[in-house]
Amino acid sequence: MNINTTKIISLLFFTFSVFYLYTAYNIRVFSFDENAPFNARTFPIYLGYAGMFFSGLKIILPELNTIKVDHKNLEYKKTAILVLIAIIYGATILKVGYFLTTSLFLASSYYFLGERRWLLIFLLSFPFVAAFMYLLHGVLDIYLRDPFLKLIGVMG
Amino acid sequence: MIEGILIGLKTALTFQNLLMVMIGCFFGTIIGMLPGLGPMTAIALMIPITYGFDPATGLILMAGVYYGAVFGGSTSSILLNAPGVPGTVATSFDGYPMAQQGKAGKALAIAAYSSFAGGTLAAIYLLFLAPSLSKVSLSFRSPDYFALMILGLTAIAAFSSKGQFLKAMMMVILGLMLASVGQDSLSDITRFTFNTMNLTDGISFVLIVMATFAMSEALTIILKRNDPTQAAKQVSLTELGSIKLNKEERNKMLKTIPRSSVIGFLIGVLPGAGATIASFLAYGMERNFVSDEEKQKFGKGSVHGLAAPETANNAACSGAFVPLLTLGIPGSGTTAVMLGALLGFGIQPGPRLYITNPEIFWSVIMSMYIGMVILLILNLPLIPYIARILAVPKNYLIPLILFFSITGIYVMSFNNFDIFLMIGIAVIATFLRLYDFPMPPLILAFVLGGLMEENLRRSLLISDGSFNFLWDRPLTAVILGFTIVIVSWQIYKSFKKN
Repeated sequence: MNINTTKIISLLFFTFSVFYLYTAYNIRVFSFDENAPFNARTFPIYLGYAGMFFSGLKIILPELNTIKVDHKNLEYKKTAILVLIAIIYGATILKVGYFLTTSLFLASSYYFLGERRWLLIFLLSFPFVAAFMYLLHGVLDIYLRDPFLKLIGVMG
Repeated sequence: MIEGILIGLKTALTFQNLLMVMIGCFFGTIIGMLPGLGPMTAIALMIPITYGFDPATGLILMAGVYYGAVFGGSTSSILLNAPGVPGTVATSFDGYPMAQQGKAGKALAIAAYSSFAGGTLAAIYLLFLAPSLSKVSLSFRSPDYFALMILGLTAIAAFSSKGQFLKAMMMVILGLMLASVGQDSLSDITRFTFNTMNLTDGISFVLIVMATFAMSEALTIILKRNDPTQAAKQVSLTELGSIKLNKEERNKMLKTIPRSSVIGFLIGVLPGAGATIASFLAYGMERNFVSDEEKQKFGKGSVHGLAAPETANNAACSGAFVPLLTLGIPGSGTTAVMLGALLGFGIQPGPRLYITNPEIFWSVIMSMYIGMVILLILNLPLIPYIARILAVPKNYLIPLILFFSITGIYVMSFNNFDIFLMIGIAVIATFLRLYDFPMPPLILAFVLGGLMEENLRRSLLISDGSFNFLWDRPLTAVILGFTIVIVSWQIYKSFKKN
C-alpha cells in the first residue's frame, strides 16, 4: 500500500471518528430514554460508524490518481503570518474595540502581503473601516461594541 | 397562481427590493469574476447583512448575488481562462479561444445574452413547476424526507468531486458530525460540548460557511500565490472588441438556448447536481445537435459551444430553487447556504412555504425575472469597466475577505471563541482543499444534519425502532433505490479504476 498525504488525512479522520464514536457512547441520556428506539446518542453513533467506514475504505483502497502538492511553490510563511494577524485581531477586538483593531488588522495585512504605498494602506484601512462602521452601526442599526471609541467620546 | 404572482410582483417591485436585486447582482458579478471566489463565498459574505432585513428582502438579495456570481464567473473564464466558479469551466472551452481571436467583447455579450435567456426561461419553468411540486411534496412523510436527504448528500458527494467520492463522503460525515455539536433538539441534552458553554448552542452555520469558503479560499489564494499552474494567460482587459452580434451568430444562439435551458433546469432540479454538471452536459449535448462543420469549431471559439454552457448554468441556478422552495431540501451547496440563512430567519422552506409565506415564495420567483433583466442591463454596457476589476491586486482583496468574514462572525456573537473556532476550521479546510477534499458536501450535510436526525427520530419512533420504514413505503424505497445505485456505481468505478 502506497502511503501518501491523502491516506494520512484519512487515517486522521478514522481516528477522529473513533474518538467521536467513543464520545457519542458516553453522551448521558435520561434514564427513561436509555432503551428508547431513538435517543440523543443514536444518530451520533451511526455517524461515528459511517465515518470509520468511509475513511477505512479510503485507507484500504489503492489510489491511482495521487494528489501531488508542490510544497516549494506554496507560500506557507505569508499564510501563517496572515493567520497569526487574524488570531491577534480576534483576541483584541472585544477589549480594544472594532474600529482600531480592524483598521490595524487591515493595514498590517496589506503590509505583510507586500504593499508598501502608505497612503493606500491608510485609505483602505482607517477611513474604509470608519465608512463600513457607519454603514453597519448608523444605517443598518447593527450594534458594534467599541470601548476605544467610547473612551475618546466618539461613540455613545 | 395569478394571485401569488401579483403578491410576488408587489413584494419584488418595492424600491428596497429592487435596490437589493441590483446590489446583489452587482456584488455577485464582482465576486464571481474573481478566480477562486464563487457564489457560495459571495452569499456567505452577504448573510450577516441580510439579517438586517426582512426574510423576503434577504432572500432576494442572496438570489441576486447568486445569479450575479454565476454570470461574473463567465467573465473571468472568457478573459483569463480562469473560471471564477466551477459552473463556468465549460464556458472557457470556447469563450477563451474567442477572446484570443480578439472577439472578447462578442464572447462576453454571447455569455450575457445566454445567461439572461437561460435564467429567464428557467424562471418560467419554475413558475409553473414549483406550485404543483409543492402539492405533491405535501404527501411526503418523515421516512421519505430522510431518504431524500440521504439521496441529496450521496448525489452531491458523487457529483461535486470527480473521482473523489470517498473523500466527498468523508466531508459529508464531517458536516453531519459538526451539526451534532450542541444541545439535542428534543431532549436538550448537550453533546460534544466538552463542558464549554460556547458550544452549547452548537456551531453557527455562518461560522462554518465563512470558515470553509470565504476564509479558506482567501488563505488558499495566498498559499498558491507563486504556483506556476495558477498563472493565467492574459487577454487584453482594455481592448475587448465590439459587443455587437451579427445575424448568423444570433441565429445560432436562438437554436442553442431553448434546448440548453431545458437541460440546465432539469439538472438543477436534481439534488446534488447543479450548474457545473448542467454546463458540461449542455456543452456535450450541443455538440451532438450541431452539424459536422460546426462540430469542428467546438473548442476553437464556437458560438454554440459558448452559448450552451452559459444558458445551462444559469438555468440550473433557477432549477436548484425547486427542491429548496418545495421540499426544503437544497439541491446544491449554494442553495444549502440559502437554506441555512432562511432557517436563521426562522423560516422553514418546504411544501407549506407558499401557503404560510407566499410573499417569500413568489417574490423570490418574481425577483428572478427582475434579476435577469438587471443583470443584462448592468453587465452588457459595463463589461469593459467590470473586466478591469480582474486586475485588483490580491494584496487588497485577501485582507478584505478576511475582514468581512471576521466581522460577520463578530457582529453575530461578540465572542472571541467563535472567531478562533472559525480561524481553526478555515486552516483545516485550507489544508483539506490542497488535497482535493470538496467543501460543498460538508456545507450541505451541516445544514441538513438537524433535519435528518429529526426525520430519522420520527421514523424510528413510528416504526418502534425497526428499520422497516426504509422499505415500507414505495416512495421511500424508490428514493433509497436511487441512492444505492449512486453509491454502488461510485464504488464500482473506484474498483474498476484500480
